[in-house]
This record gives sequence, structure tokens and C-alpha cells, in this order.
Amino acid sequence: MHEFSYEAPTTVDQAVKLLASDGDSARVICGGTDLLIQMRNAVRKPRLLVDVKGIPEMREISFDAKAGLKLGAAVPCIEIHESQVMHRYYPGLTEAAHLIGSLQIQSRASIGGNLCNSSPAADTSPALLAVGAIAKIVGPAGTREVPVEKFFTGPGTNVLQKGELVVQILIPPPAPHTADRYIRMIPRNEMDIAIVGAGACVTLDGDKVAAARIGLGAVAPTPILAPKAAEYLIGKKLDEKTAERAGELARESASPIDDMRGTAEYRRHVVGVLTKRALLGAAERARQN
Amino acid sequence: MDTPQTHQFKVIGTRPVRHDGLDKVIGRAKYGADYSFPGMLYGKVLRSPYAHARIKSINTEKALRLPGVKAVVTHADFAPQTTAPVYRMGGEAAVNPLYLASNILAKDKVLYAGHGVAAVAATSPHIAEEALALIEVEYEPLPLVLDLLEAMKPGAAIINPDLRRKDKPDEQTNIAGEFQFKRGDIEAGFKAADIIVEREFRTEMVHQGYIEPPNALGIFPGDGHATVYTSTQGPFDVRIMSATLLGLPEGNVKVVPAEIGGGFGAKLTVHIEPVALLLSKHAGGRPVKMVMTRTEMMRGATGPTSGSILRVKMGATKEGRIVAAKAWFAYEAGAFPGSPVWLGCFTGLSPYDIENFLVDGYDVLVNKPKTSSYRAPGATNAAFAVECVVDELANRCGMDPLDFRIRNASREGTQSVMGPKFPRIGYIEVCEAIKNSQHYRTPLAQVPGKYRGRGVATGFWINGGMQSSAIVNVHADGTASLVTGSVDIGGSRASTAMVVAEVLGLRAEDVRPAVADTDSIGYTDGTGGSRVAFATGLAAYQAAHDVVRQLKERAAKVWEISPEDVAWVDGKAISKKNGAPPLTLKELAPRLTRTGGPVTGRANVYATGVGPAFAACLVDVEIDPETAKVQVLRCTVAQDAGKAIHPSYVEGQMQGGTVQGLGWALNEEYVYDEKGTLRNASFLDYRMPTCLDLPMIEPVIVEVANPGHPLGVRGVGEVSIVPPPAAVANAVSMAVGSRITDLPISPPRLFKVLAARRG
Amino acid sequence: MSKKQLVETTINGEPTEFLCETRQSLLESLRDVLGLTGSKEGCLTGDCGACTVLVDGRPVCSCLMLGVEARGKKITTVEGLAEGTQLHPLQQKFLEDASLQCGICTPGFLMSAKALLDRNPNPTEAEIRYALAGNLCRCTGYDKIVRAVMNAAKVMQGR
Repeated sequence: MHEFSYEAPTTVDQAVKLLASDGDSARVICGGTDLLIQMRNAVRKPRLLVDVKGIPEMREISFDAKAGLKLGAAVPCIEIHESQVMHRYYPGLTEAAHLIGSLQIQSRASIGGNLCNSSPAADTSPALLAVGAIAKIVGPAGTREVPVEKFFTGPGTNVLQKGELVVQILIPPPAPHTADRYIRMIPRNEMDIAIVGAGACVTLDGDKVAAARIGLGAVAPTPILAPKAAEYLIGKKLDEKTAERAGELARESASPIDDMRGTAEYRRHVVGVLTKRALLGAAERARQN
Repeated sequence: MDTPQTHQFKVIGTRPVRHDGLDKVIGRAKYGADYSFPGMLYGKVLRSPYAHARIKSINTEKALRLPGVKAVVTHADFAPQTTAPVYRMGGEAAVNPLYLASNILAKDKVLYAGHGVAAVAATSPHIAEEALALIEVEYEPLPLVLDLLEAMKPGAAIINPDLRRKDKPDEQTNIAGEFQFKRGDIEAGFKAADIIVEREFRTEMVHQGYIEPPNALGIFPGDGHATVYTSTQGPFDVRIMSATLLGLPEGNVKVVPAEIGGGFGAKLTVHIEPVALLLSKHAGGRPVKMVMTRTEMMRGATGPTSGSILRVKMGATKEGRIVAAKAWFAYEAGAFPGSPVWLGCFTGLSPYDIENFLVDGYDVLVNKPKTSSYRAPGATNAAFAVECVVDELANRCGMDPLDFRIRNASREGTQSVMGPKFPRIGYIEVCEAIKNSQHYRTPLAQVPGKYRGRGVATGFWINGGMQSSAIVNVHADGTASLVTGSVDIGGSRASTAMVVAEVLGLRAEDVRPAVADTDSIGYTDGTGGSRVAFATGLAAYQAAHDVVRQLKERAAKVWEISPEDVAWVDGKAISKKNGAPPLTLKELAPRLTRTGGPVTGRANVYATGVGPAFAACLVDVEIDPETAKVQVLRCTVAQDAGKAIHPSYVEGQMQGGTVQGLGWALNEEYVYDEKGTLRNASFLDYRMPTCLDLPMIEPVIVEVANPGHPLGVRGVGEVSIVPPPAAVANAVSMAVGSRITDLPISPPRLFKVLAARRG
Repeated sequence: MSKKQLVETTINGEPTEFLCETRQSLLESLRDVLGLTGSKEGCLTGDCGACTVLVDGRPVCSCLMLGVEARGKKITTVEGLAEGTQLHPLQQKFLEDASLQCGICTPGFLMSAKALLDRNPNPTEAEIRYALAGNLCRCTGYDKIVRAVMNAAKVMQGR
């Protein structure tokens, strides 16, 4: 690995100053579970690593019934899984965080890191898309909020500008009878990158769908929403048949490729299956809320 | 009659804590990478990004100027090599030293992506890595060939210009070897068949998947004597190969075998040991430690095992008797000749007594890494094809698949495919053990919304004998130590020490086993071929009896009688003459000083009474029809151990081999892009089973004594890997109603099968 | 830039200071700087778990953490699992149940299993398999490892 400097600021301001100080060659390190591998493979060669794990607001999980959730971007996945609040209000996002790598990885990796690494196959991204998450970004020019669906610009790239970092993930409070679910397809039962991931968030009004969002992973250059599938469901009863149809519509949003992890043909098929299952799972939970 | 099966052993067959266990659970055991010496440097290898290219030039000047870099070497720094074979002392596996050297560091062409080109030693591994980036190599890319069938066609890109077609000696070819085994009248055989099944199968390259990266720590000062610490399966192989590549007399190289973190055949040859020594020589004799990265070893610096195309046609009468078998096997050799196709050729059909057969095998070069051994090398591929066809034949005959196998089983006296008649073997017993298992007697329950299937398959492996040396030292406190040259990869120190303890009447823990370096023990072949418990166990047995002979003499002195009047019974010296109370080793040991001095027993063996091994695997699977993902629900393995010395470690071999076979069946494969770069060169994307993917693996040890060993021991290390791919394929075929012919049965592949079936 | 950094930390209960380059991982710091070679390198990508140590009680792949990130942390390695000569029940069961063959993965499995039992003293087989999924073993087929963890849990609960 190349040589680099390491700083561990304790405030966002310090972090922003450090990041802005070293041109394009400074990088945030949070869990490091993607970054250190990229550095070992010489894919990234930052001259400065800014460790943000010591910044209190980046480690916070707080929920307010009106304002919703503030989730520190550096909170390790395992703490998300151990949070009652997360299980109660965002079970789908919580299960996505609990699917990343092994427990060893979850002890380090964060949702902020997963977001900023911007892999098309990131497990938490479809779940964040489904719950309408917003990235709170702080940089030299101040603070801005970017919805996750506008965050990614391509495989491994995003809207972050020089000196900027994602400080928190903001998620609106779930409406009554709302719940989310995330499901992925991997050939093994753990320790894999999703061949396809599907997140769904459903709000029910009686037995009809009042609102729905569907996020998909590993089927396009970035994690994407499947708006047609979601719109189709509005006003309908969510059952095997409508979920199946929504799955078919989700397939139309996907533009998967062949790679070492799966074929385009297989991915296209599985998008439908997982969308259906995620929707049915979210609806099942929503009925109990 | 006293046989290994009826004898009341005191130690053999028990389950003591292994002697080396404590060090391994407290983190004290020293593996190759754990050694350090003052002034040590770190070595790294530069590897080719091209799968086939001519090396036009290598410029190492910039790398050498980087502060901290102490040496850079290339192929030219090896002693000049020829293609004249170097025989290991066993005389069995000839090694082509030019190929060996050219595979470690490319000579004038790189033949696969990941092929070593140059190596660097520096004061830190990071500096060595930086130096690699400063070595300038000019390549001229050449056409490449990755596909097995393409490589066999006339006009294919030629990888080794010296190879010629067997039938047309003036034509170049990628076919490096052809093998044929035949007997009887194949045409007449098929004419007599009522049912014929013919299929083509395909498997991909797979990796052994040992967790410990290959490593070597070389020390080669200017005195002409070299020492290498390494995690190897074959210290004496490392000695002869390193000496040859460095141009040293064999005796000038000392190999110190470290603890080894898995090998499964891949660590029977040298990968970086000669490079570490070369770097040390060029760095003024400073110690040089090298540890491969996971990507390096996956890309092929250590060799996976062959992908293959397997065509099998078998005919049976409607009564279920196999009357003819024809097989055509092509195996990827990788960039240099030497796939295990010949082993596939004669193991595949060996479970069966077939009058008429014809087996053809082809060893084919492709621009992929040179293959290495992998647990029962060659046998798993062949068995996958044969056992799938046998399963179909049994179905078509309306017979239980195990009854069908038993009806056609090889047994004592059956002429094997290789030629010699089988001695007493346990194939039928293994099949019966599965038939009688709780698992087989419990019907597989179907559940709504899933496909479930059950499959069975069997496997054969020849096992190895070869040479071993052992020394047993008796200590004054009445304990003993056992010194062998066999690297312990799965509990063999425990099993060989138990043999000594049994003979000497000691407890297992009173015999301390050690693995010696190549200067400190007689020649010993590598830990491979399931040979250690058998052959080194035999040496240990004989060395212990050598101690017994001497102890009888000492007892005779104590009793003042003739040695002929002393017997050794149940671990005690007994006087046949007077009524003196028996003397145990514990009682004799303090008297050694005054009866003639220390006692050391020794034995050197060339073990010939090898007992062939058979295993059978039963597996239940469940398939998600929508995602085509296969889950193993239950798995039982039966294997003939001959005699299980330490049953826990016999079970461990059975379970471990079975799980490697399950991985091969389900998800493991090398995925190449069109440029010949391995795309999944990591443990993330080379998907070996985790414990969450598996059920408990139920082992059934079968003991049919090997008549060629005094304790009845057969080797147990390998054969369990052979049946599972076919067993899983048979289970999945049953579940989905379509014959599976390609490995791995990964979700995208099985999805295709399901989609085709749905139409 | 290449100046080494002083890291003050606690390793196996002992306050410890060491010097490392920023680019040295915790695994390198433990092995090459401190001579604690019990933690093993298997992949350097966090996929095999052979380098698992506990950081403030949580299992972490020490290959994916920098040495400098150990500042102020409590690190436990396999060398710190036994208390003096008294083996941890996991170590004892791994020995008795023949749960290791080559042994290279053993330190990592022990640390992951300890992290599990510290939080969940009575895990089911499925929970054990989940907790150990980040540790690869190629020798045993996992059967005897899972059994040893079950048996160690029983011992620790006085059952």
C-alpha cells in the first residue's frame, strides 16, 4: 500500500477543513472495509485519510416522531442492528445493514460508507431508496440535503464535491401502517455481493396501497427506484397477483449486465421475484403497524 | 484369528487430544509466515497482466533505485535448466525443470494472466510492492486460447511451440498428452446392452481454497548452503526442486517445514521457495520472506485443478448389469503440461466390474495457470460424469441406485482399469453403509413451493504408498518421541504417535511427535496421496518394533536371560524363562543407562501394500424454483478407512473432503473474461461454502482392513471429495426433472435449466 | 509522511504502545511490530476471518483496520483468550472435539465464537452458523467447529 497521512478529527468542521485541504487526494475513512481493499489494490491512492468515527453527530441514532430519523453516517451496521428504534421503524433498512458482509465487517462498516462507496450492488442503497432517505452533506460551502435517488452518478461515483462528506442520513417518519423490507439474492447464504437486491416500503390504507417505493440494486449502473412498479400498486390490494405484476414492471426498470456474479437474463428474472417478495414482506409488516 | 478388526487396541481407535493442538488454540503454532529473522527483507512477485505475450524486455533499474530495495531477480537468475526430467526420489513424479522454472518466473513468454515475471526484495512489503510498479516490462501480446475444445482444434493459438501432434509429428498442438485404457470388445458390449445412456459433461477450474497463503522464507548466504522455511506438503520436494533451480547439490539445501495452513495438493511443489532463495542470494544473504496475496494464488501462481469436458456412454442389460463403457475425457492442463487426466481415466470406472471399456484422455494446454494437485486429483471430474450416467442407468433399469452399484461392484479379485487385480476392498461395504444409514432409511419429505431431491454417488481413489522414515527415541522418564519427515496437515502427528504408543504400551500423550527438517530425518515423500497415516504410520510402527526388539534385549540383561526368552506382549516385556514380573517401558526406561545406553528405533519404508479407498455420498437438496438456488439439507458420507486410528480425524477428513466436493458442485468456479483475466480472484467472489451454507455432515466410518498394512490402515485423506458433485447433480436432477450436466450448479446456470424445462 | 505514529492501546489487557506506519494494518501491527503472530493472514479482504480479533468486544477483521485506528481501543487476540494456563472453554472444546485440522483458521474462529458467546451464551446451531459465517475453514466442513461452540456454551453455562 502507498504512504498516506491519517487524521482523526472530532468535529465536522475539522473534517471538512482537512478534506478540503488536500485537493482531490483526501478521503474519508469510516469502517474502511471497502476503502482499504481499494487502496491495497491501488484502485484509490488518497494522500490523506480522514477518520470520521470520532465525530459524535456521525455516530448518533435519534428518532423523533415528527422529524423522523437522524442516522449518523459513521454508525457501524452492527449498532444499527442492535437499535430498537431501527427495528421498530425501519426493519427493512435494518435487515439490509445486517446483511453486509460478516459480523466482523458489520462491526466496522457503516451505511454512510456503503452509500459513499456507491457500488451499484450496495445492500443498504435499495433499502434507503425505499424509505426515501436523504443524505445530509456538509462541505466548505455549507450544508445541503440530497435525496438518495439523486446521490449516485455512476458505478462508484456520486454527487459529493471536494471537501464534502455525508454526515447523516435523514429518513422521514413512517406514516401509520407503513413498513419496509429488503431482500437480496446471493448464491451463498452470507458473505456475498448481491446478484440482485430489492427494497420495498409500503403504506397501507385499509387493505389498499396508499404509497409505495421500490429500490433495486445490482441491476443498473447505480441503485435505482422502480417508479412504474410502485405507481401501479397505488389504490390496489397488495397480494400475490399484484405483487407479481409489480415485479414484472420492476423488470422494465432494470438494465442488468452479465458479470462474474450473474447473467443479465438471470438478474432480470430475479428482480421480479425479489420485488414481489419484498413487497409482500413489507405489506405483511405494515398490516401489523 | 487376531485381525485389526478384532484386536482389542488400547490406543488405536480412541480419540485423544492431538499433540500439536494446544499450540494451535493459543496462537503459538508457527506457520511459515510467522517466522522472522533479524535483517529480514520482504519479497514480492510482479505478475503478468496478459494471458499470452512475448516478453520483449524487462528493465529493473528504476525499481533497484527505490530506497529500501535490495534485489530484483528474473528467470535469467535461475541456473540454466533443460527439459530433462528430474525425478523426485520416489522416482514416480518426474518434474520438467525448465517448465518448473518457467512457471515460477516466465522465461520468454507469459502464458497466463498472473504468470510471474520478476521479483523484488525490500525492507518492507510495502516498499517491495512499490518497486514492482517501477519494473518496466515490454510485452508483445499474442493470440490466446482459453477454451478447451478450441485449444484442441487445428489452427488454435499455440502455447508451447515444442509440442507436436502424436499422429502428425510436424504439426504443432496444444494436446500435451494422450492416454488410453481399454479392455474387451466395446462394440460387442454395447450390442449386448438393453439400455444405453450417453452424455457430455462440463466442469470449470476450481481452487483448493486453503486458507493459508503460500509462503517461503529463504536464507542463502554466500557459503553455498541454503535454508528455506516454508509451509509445504513436501519438504523433500522443495529441497530437490529448489536445489535444481538454483544449481546447487541437493544436500546444500535445507528445508524446514513450518506448520501448514492447508494445501490439498497445491503445496506439494515449489511456488516461491526458489525465488525467496534467489532474492536472498542477490541481497547478500539477508533472509527474505515472501507471502503470496490471495489474488496471486487465485490467479494461478499456485495452480487450481482442471476444468474438463467429459463424454461418457454406458450400456447395461435390463437386469442392471453394466456391459460396456466408453469415456472421453479432456482436462485443462493450464499453461504447462500435466493435468491429472490420466488419473481421471483410470479412477472413473474403477468402482465397477466392466468387461468392455474404452477410455481416452487428453491433457490440453490453455492460457490459464498450470494446474496443481487437488485432493484425489483428476478423480472428481471423471466420477462426476460416470456417476451421473450410472444414476441414469439405474433409473432406467428401475433399480435403487445403490443396489445397481452393488450389482456391478468391483470387489477383491476384480481386474482394475489399470490392470492389477484389486486386493480386498470395501466398495460394497461403503454402499451398504449408506443403504443402512438413518438418512437413507428416512424418506425425503416434499414441501409445497420447493423442489426437493435426493442423490447418491460413489468414488474411488488409488491412495499412495511411497517412502517414509521414522525415528522413535525412548526417554528416561518412560516416554518416547517420534520424529518423521511427514508434514502434518490434518492430524497425522496424532495418528502416527498413537501407533507408536500402541506398540510400546504407552498412552498417546506419552509419545511426542515431531516433524523434522530435511537434514534431520531420512527421505520422506510429501504429505499427499492419503499416504501419511498409511506409509509414515507403517514406518512409525516398524520403528516402534525396532524399539521393542532393543527393549527385549535390555529386559534380558536385567533378567540375565537370553533375548530369545523375552516376549513383548501388550506393551510389556515378559520373561518366558523365569517367573520375573513383566517390565513395562516405563519400568525399563530408567535402566537403559546401565544396560547399554540410549534406545532409538528407526525404520525406513517403501510402502507397497496400498489399500484403495472408496467413499459414497448421500445428499438431500432443496431448490427455490423462482431463484434456482440450491440448499443442501442433509448429507451423509461413508468411507472405508481400513482401520481408523483416530476416528475424529478420520471423520474430519471425510467431512472436509465432502464439503469441498459440495462447494465444487454448487458455486465454485473460475470465471475468466475474454482477455484471460480471472474475474473472481478473491474469497468474496470465489464462493467456497461458509458454515451457514451447510448442515452437519454425517460420517459413517467403514473398516475393511487393508491386507497390505499390519494395522489394516488405508489412507483417508482424499476420496471423500470424489462423490459429492455427482451426488448433488443427481439430487438436483431428480428434484427438477432434468439431467444436470454442468458444474457448478449455481443459480444462474440452474435457472437456465429450469427456464428451458418450462419452455 | 512516512514518519511512524505512536499508538497507545490496550492489548490482551496490557496497556501497550507501539510504533507503526499509517499504512500498516492492525494485523501487520500485531504480527510484524508486536510479534503477536496468532492472528493469521488469509486474504487481506475481510472474507476469510483468519485475522479476527476483538476490538472493544466486537469481532473485527484486523486486516481491514489500520494500526493507528487502534488508539484507545481494547484489543483481544487469540493470545489473550486463555487466562494464564487455564484455557478458555472454547479452546478446550476445540481440542477435545477435534475441531481443527491445519489450524490456520482456528484463532479467527475462536475469536468470533467468543464474541458470540459473550453476547449470547446459549446460541442455537443456526445462530452459531450465522455468527461464524465470516470465518472460512477449508479442512473440517465446519461440523466439528459448530459442535465445539455448542459444547463450550454448555460448559460455560454449567450444563
